[in-house]
Amino acid sequence: MANMNPKKNPMPVQDSAVRSRNFDEVALGYTAEQAMDEAKRCLNCKNRPCVAGCPVKIYIPDFIARVAEGDFAGAYRIIAEASSLPAVCGRVCPQENQCEGKCVRGIKGEPVAIGRLERFVADWHNANASGSVERPAANGHKVAVIGSGPAGLACAGDLAKKGYAVTVFEALHLAGGVLVYGIPEFRLPKAIVQKEIEGLKALGVEVVTNTVVGKTVSIDELMQEQGFEAVFIGTGAGLPKFMGIPGENLKGVYSANEFLTRINLMKAYRADSTTPVQHAKRVAVVGGGNVAMDAARCAKRLGAEVYIVYRRGMEELPARREEIEHAMEEGIVFKTLCNPTEILGYRNEGDRRDPKNGFVTGMKCVEMELGEPDASGRRRPVVKEGSEFVLEVDSVIMALGTSPNPLIKSTTKGLATEKWGGIVANEQGLTSREGIWAGGDAVTGAATVILAMGAGKNAAAAIDTYLQGK
Amino acid sequence: MFEILKKQELNPTVTRMDIYAPAVAKKAEPGQFIILRTHADGERIPLTIADFDRETGRVTVIFQVVGATTERLNHMNVGDCLQDFVGPLGRATHTDGLRKVAVVGGGVGCAIAYPVAKKLHSLGCEVHAIVGFRSKELVILEKEFEENSTRTVKMSDDGSWGTQGLVTDALRTLIESGEQYDEVITIGPLVMMKFVCALATKYGVKCVASMNPIMIDGTGMCGGCRLSVGGKTVFACVDGPEFDGALIDFDEAIERSSMYRDFERHRYEESCNLFAKEVE
Ligand SMILES: Cc1cc2nc3c(=O)[nH]c(=O)nc-3n(C[C@H](O)[C@H](O)[C@H](O)COP(=O)(O)OP(=O)(O)OC[C@H]3O[C@@H](n4cnc5c(N)ncnc54)[C@H](O)[C@@H]3O)c2cc1C
Ligand code: FES
Repeated sequence: MANMNPKKNPMPVQDSAVRSRNFDEVALGYTAEQAMDEAKRCLNCKNRPCVAGCPVKIYIPDFIARVAEGDFAGAYRIIAEASSLPAVCGRVCPQENQCEGKCVRGIKGEPVAIGRLERFVADWHNANASGSVERPAANGHKVAVIGSGPAGLACAGDLAKKGYAVTVFEALHLAGGVLVYGIPEFRLPKAIVQKEIEGLKALGVEVVTNTVVGKTVSIDELMQEQGFEAVFIGTGAGLPKFMGIPGENLKGVYSANEFLTRINLMKAYRADSTTPVQHAKRVAVVGGGNVAMDAARCAKRLGAEVYIVYRRGMEELPARREEIEHAMEEGIVFKTLCNPTEILGYRNEGDRRDPKNGFVTGMKCVEMELGEPDASGRRRPVVKEGSEFVLEVDSVIMALGTSPNPLIKSTTKGLATEKWGGIVANEQGLTSREGIWAGGDAVTGAATVILAMGAGKNAAAAIDTYLQGK
Repeated sequence: MFEILKKQELNPTVTRMDIYAPAVAKKAEPGQFIILRTHADGERIPLTIADFDRETGRVTVIFQVVGATTERLNHMNVGDCLQDFVGPLGRATHTDGLRKVAVVGGGVGCAIAYPVAKKLHSLGCEVHAIVGFRSKELVILEKEFEENSTRTVKMSDDGSWGTQGLVTDALRTLIESGEQYDEVITIGPLVMMKFVCALATKYGVKCVASMNPIMIDGTGMCGGCRLSVGGKTVFACVDGPEFDGALIDFDEAIERSSMYRDFERHRYEESCNLFAKEVE
């Protein structure tokens, strides 16, 4: 009999007062009993709207049925057919817009907690599965993967399983892309990402860090001199945007990428870190996406009072619902319908050597109201006359979005890109150059982990077809 | 791994190290830099490529001990390996079409000025190297500059080496005596570069300055290295490190460079204490 409780089994979480002072994972995960109880809420409906909502088409009701029976290994096998990174996606997917957004149970109550179940199954697998993977027989073909974010990792994994000799080239000293430098530990423990990468290495994937493709080596050299027959570009969208308002280069103004990289990749939150980060008293984070929430919640954990400044309304915040809720519980203040116009800094005219000179003291903002709908169909925010005010802060973090880094384009002959920098690629990820595929944020612009992973898998299948036909 | 092949103390606080990094050596050009970490959990620090040898895979860096990481690096020895070493990053010095250039270096910045002078000299360009140090004990690369320039002008603040005075004094004298440069290239402390650029601009000579702001990734991903040049925000690690000196907002750059001064001083003192204990 289905469990007809209209509400999800609540996710056990660290208490908000405690967690807003540490970097440990916020959501603790279901127990086996909670997972089985939640799984019984699934009606196993015939037309499976949830599957249609999943960007990689996981057979959701099937895996949930296994969970309900307590067959967690079976559930894992079903998920793994479609997803390379379930422990990651279970934690960071915007389920409310995808599978759970389509769930029939969501019409009269809360949808089945598909994301939480996915996470449960993946964590169960990581804790219980026997480690030994069989290395597939080599098929003699070499493929290069550039970038080690979810797109690159998924592509490398699928190709390695088919016997390709895959080398992943990563610019930073650590593999994982946004999963290690952007998304914080309290939302996605780095040990999980590490485990995925160890898994790839066990399959024979070679991970070469400290290699900036386009600088250290070019794609053409990889293909012509080093014998790679196909290349997958998964270099993400790492180039931060600024607003272009006065005062953006004052001390205490960060791009979210810088702030998060200092904290996540360089561990600046630890007392013994050699990398500094400002421990501000009052921080304004400009933007409303996941990146803004992550930056805000990190700043909170470093001890600041934190404001999210976003020019549209609460309803329009593009971040995952759960992150917004967690941020509010942690005491982050949302100043929506609010737009910065200038960042103010300290200036002691009498003493040019005053060490406080050039540090942020506040941010000038205007209030907004919603006007006519714009091209995206969302009502366009317009400035409310005479609403200017100063938000007193000593640090500002710009989380306005990112675009692809132009390096690959500028160093790869004949690689077509869009005006905004995205690499042009077809459904399978094939670019304008034979033998070169691309996927993830490098193609779509900043999007999601699951879309990047899906693009990596699609490209892996296409590369396999290409090289087998050669 | 990135093995230290050779280590040489150039003066009490400046060290030269050869690192085995064949992929970097293969692509390196003067003006570019690398980022290294001494150990896992270490900080990422940028250092300019002072020299390289494509055949042997050697990359030379010259650094001044100014903080915890350079202190730690200075305690490493031949045979030790660096954790990470990535490059070459940034754009190479533009040398095309230059026939007569003044290369103005100050302090440890001379380590960066030297490969530029060497490259220009090898291309047959007339190079006037104006190099300045606080005093004689701090002089580095004296012989290298003499061998790789048409003329070497030596300046020191206290007169203990070469002529007493600032590099700007020497540059002014040369320009006023009728030397006509296609370009002035300057590398050194920000305040020095600010005045060199102002001087060159005043005399209508194009001036290029090599900037070294705080960096993390060095790939254009964080924007921490941003500067204002001609009123536009640029990222030194990918758009530079060299920029048109007449357009750089030096005052802003000077201010930004002090962002973490307290933190760095604190860490440096800690690491000095740590090393002092190890020695005891
Ligand atoms: C703070 C933050 C929070 C996010 N939260 C979520 C979330 O909750 N849910 C969600 O679904 N999505 C989230 N996203 C978006 C998601 O992380 C990205 O869409 C996804 O990581 C894109 O994957 P990718 O593989 O395309 O690129 P990336 O993860 O960006 O990886 C690209 C990798 O390529 C490397 N690289 C770049 N250029 C080169 C080069 N020239 N040579 C070698 N290597 C190179 C980079 O260093 C990087 O490691 C978030 C993003 C950020 C920044
Ligand atoms: S160092 Fe991060 S963008 Fe330049």
